[in-house]
Amino acid sequence: MAKIKIDGREIDVAPEASLLQACEAAGAEVPRFCFHERLSVAGNCRMCLVEVKGGPPKPQASCAMSVKDLRPGPNGEPPEVFTTTPMVKRAREGVMEFLLINHPLDCPICDQGGECDLQDQSMAYGVDASRFSENKRAVEDKYIGPLVKTVMTRCIQCTRCVRFTAEVAGVGDLGLISRGEDVEITTYLETAMTSELQGNVVDLCPVGALTSLPYEFKARPWELTKTESIDVMDALGSNIRVDSRGREVLRILPRLNEDVNEEWISDKTRHVVDGLKVQRLDRPYVRTAGKLKPATWPEALGVVAARIKAAPKKTAILVGDFATAEELFAIKTLATNLGIADVDARADGSVIDPAWGAAAYRFNATVAGIESADALLIVGSDPRLEAPVLNARIRKRWRKGGFPIGVIGDEADLTYAYNYLGAGPDSLARLASGENGFLEVLKGAKRPLILVGNAVTTRPDGAAILGTVAKLAVDVGAVGPDWNGFSVLHTAASRVAALDLGVVPGEGGRSTAAILAAAEKGEIDTLILFGADEIDTSRLGSTFVVYVGTHGDKGASVASVILPGAAYTEKSGTFVNTEGRVQVADRAVFPVGDAREDWAILRALSALVGATLPFDSLTELRAALHAAHPTFAGVDETAPGRHEDVVALAGLAGAADHAAFVSPIGDFYLTNPMTRASKVLARCSQLRSSRLAAAAE
Amino acid sequence: MSVRRLAAPEVQPASFAFSPDNESWAATVIAKFPAGKQASAVIPFLMRAQEQEGWVSKAAIEWVAQRLGMKLIRVLEVATFYTQFQLAPVGSVAHIQVCGTTPCMLRGSDEIIKICKNRIAHHAHELSADGKFSWEEVECLGACVNAPMIAVGADTFEDLTAETFTAVLDAYGRGETPKSGPQNGRIGGEAEGGATTLLDPGLDDGSFRVNILTSSDATPTNG
Repeated sequence: MAKIKIDGREIDVAPEASLLQACEAAGAEVPRFCFHERLSVAGNCRMCLVEVKGGPPKPQASCAMSVKDLRPGPNGEPPEVFTTTPMVKRAREGVMEFLLINHPLDCPICDQGGECDLQDQSMAYGVDASRFSENKRAVEDKYIGPLVKTVMTRCIQCTRCVRFTAEVAGVGDLGLISRGEDVEITTYLETAMTSELQGNVVDLCPVGALTSLPYEFKARPWELTKTESIDVMDALGSNIRVDSRGREVLRILPRLNEDVNEEWISDKTRHVVDGLKVQRLDRPYVRTAGKLKPATWPEALGVVAARIKAAPKKTAILVGDFATAEELFAIKTLATNLGIADVDARADGSVIDPAWGAAAYRFNATVAGIESADALLIVGSDPRLEAPVLNARIRKRWRKGGFPIGVIGDEADLTYAYNYLGAGPDSLARLASGENGFLEVLKGAKRPLILVGNAVTTRPDGAAILGTVAKLAVDVGAVGPDWNGFSVLHTAASRVAALDLGVVPGEGGRSTAAILAAAEKGEIDTLILFGADEIDTSRLGSTFVVYVGTHGDKGASVASVILPGAAYTEKSGTFVNTEGRVQVADRAVFPVGDAREDWAILRALSALVGATLPFDSLTELRAALHAAHPTFAGVDETAPGRHEDVVALAGLAGAADHAAFVSPIGDFYLTNPMTRASKVLARCSQLRSSRLAAAAE
Repeated sequence: MSVRRLAAPEVQPASFAFSPDNESWAATVIAKFPAGKQASAVIPFLMRAQEQEGWVSKAAIEWVAQRLGMKLIRVLEVATFYTQFQLAPVGSVAHIQVCGTTPCMLRGSDEIIKICKNRIAHHAHELSADGKFSWEEVECLGACVNAPMIAVGADTFEDLTAETFTAVLDAYGRGETPKSGPQNGRIGGEAEGGATTLLDPGLDDGSFRVNILTSSDATPTNG
């Protein structure tokens, strides 16, 4: 640690810390535009100037100078830095004046207004009038994709967006072309950006040059109600802030959580907003004479209750990817009380059995733990599509070096270099037998990370393969009390909670595949789809389908009764992410129309079928959940799984089919009913497929 | 300086590739850099592409990016940053770079530029009517003692007047290669009208030479 005096206050900081970080640590605020903690230092905005005692007689850019660069005083006193002297103030005012020379005075029509770094900092360092009498510079706006609107005259060339796309997103789409006064931010010949994280450049832009196109001219920041929530588009559980006005969600922004998403979110998370408003199921429907007719809640619930009461043993429940832990608990309780054994929350056909223990299906290494791993094997996963923000974390670790990565599965562009080891279980067997050198790499690593994706767990022979992977993990020393590198990456936000709660077939019950097969043969009277759309609905035949959900999508189209539920922004609920982190989302807006929160629907239904659930409010439900499963009370905590479970899982290793692993995510932008309702994401998907088609030529 | 963009699509060639000679040169350039750092060769590559084609086309930028494993935008950044890269077609015979920096301006570069405007094209970077010539004003070309001067590719023409510059243009126009160097007869940077100092022939014939090894001043000392 090095001593340094900031504005007369002596503090201890790491010697490699920048002066700017030292000033922050000492509580002195330093204005900045180009500096960003998660990006490389550019030092080109010059707003963070400070005065260094004994240094050169000029202001120093504090972001680009580290504490160890400073020399102590003549008698060994710690170096001194000032942030409030007249020299600093004048220097920053000078920088601000230069920045404002070419910056348009269009704050009233700028979407960044009210949350603009330049606006805020000009309050402190701006002068009241311009001394510049020449023409201002004007820059042509650029097309850089359907998500980011550009007003390039406002750009102050901080290059945060360029560094983000190159370093974090790993695509190298944006660049700074030309030189001097003529520099311009653009993509190559104005093609669309290709990253799944491109929306983050909007948050990074300190001015209004890059703003959100779907949110264009929608609202001012001070009109919005901000609600802390959790994303459900993937199993990472990114922390988000839902900005709403009245009953409408207007935008979704990331929240800082170093352990989960840092401060990034994927474009799907950010731009699903318009999908939350259209195609909504806003009232109950009952199918009469082949046509869905609007109904009242008592009518619709009465029809469903009659069906269930008539034959509870021939009722099956499939739960989709967005159910909260409270809902899962209620479903489980209801099913148990009614004796319904055909319950499954693994609607994608996953073979994971909760009986294996939590460590067998969690991302045991934890998301933050990726940064301390020193080798990575990816089996049957495309993390760039299955969890883009987690993929950015892998890339972050990879950029530090000394991180060999092997991939078995799709040979996709993951934004980092890797050894491609093969496509299927045979390649896994070859790896385990040491045929290619990667086994030695994993054995040589202190903290090897084995990432298993849904392409493994959703196969019929998934258990055998998962066992083989667990065996490999144990063999290379990835599984132990200090480090458990066996990590399962899920794609469904509700999956880990469902497995923790055991929402799987009960005694003699059927799993998803068997339920579908039985439905096809007409052995199931009533199938309740609880937000489960990603199933082959053509196999349901003449089964009486009850769809509880939010959007008129695949499930609703085959339903005989539709019970409208609440989207994830419209209810409070607990989610458990892929690493087992318990997180609570708050309600931002009320459900649309007559839609109700899903737990209330279950409660009402339970009373009608004569198995009343023992809670009358969400608080009571949550208390019951916490009583039955105490880990769910530990918000923002991960209860580590037992590494012995992974060792036991290795016992399942067995012969597997030769077919290659296929990622379950075909189209990243259209993976669920909410995204399929979104125009913005449809446009993204269209661009992506035309780009892939062009690349294939 | 102005905003630098790629030339209009209609003048862009469909493809680009190094000639066999340049291809073998390229291998030696890449070999200069450590493995994985071949992107460092981007400037020599673009310059060689420009020497081959006369200018840097979109196809050349994309070829260089592909060859060096770089993102397209990274090569575009380099190509647009350095004004030495011509992003639009230049005269097939000669692209005249007129120095307009202070010494040349004081010695009459305005006159040279005026001739360029009249004989070649009104604006810099525009082709002449016959497509043979183009011109631009550049910063210091580094021979201020011989101001004013122009550069045509690797050749420079110094000590220009309106007449001698016109003669250079005429020679190019006839398909000749005019003699480069000062156009007023002097050699290199020596004084106009002949040398005025260092005239003693002894400077050249060796009679002033002192053998430093035998001179007493130069005796090496021990310790």
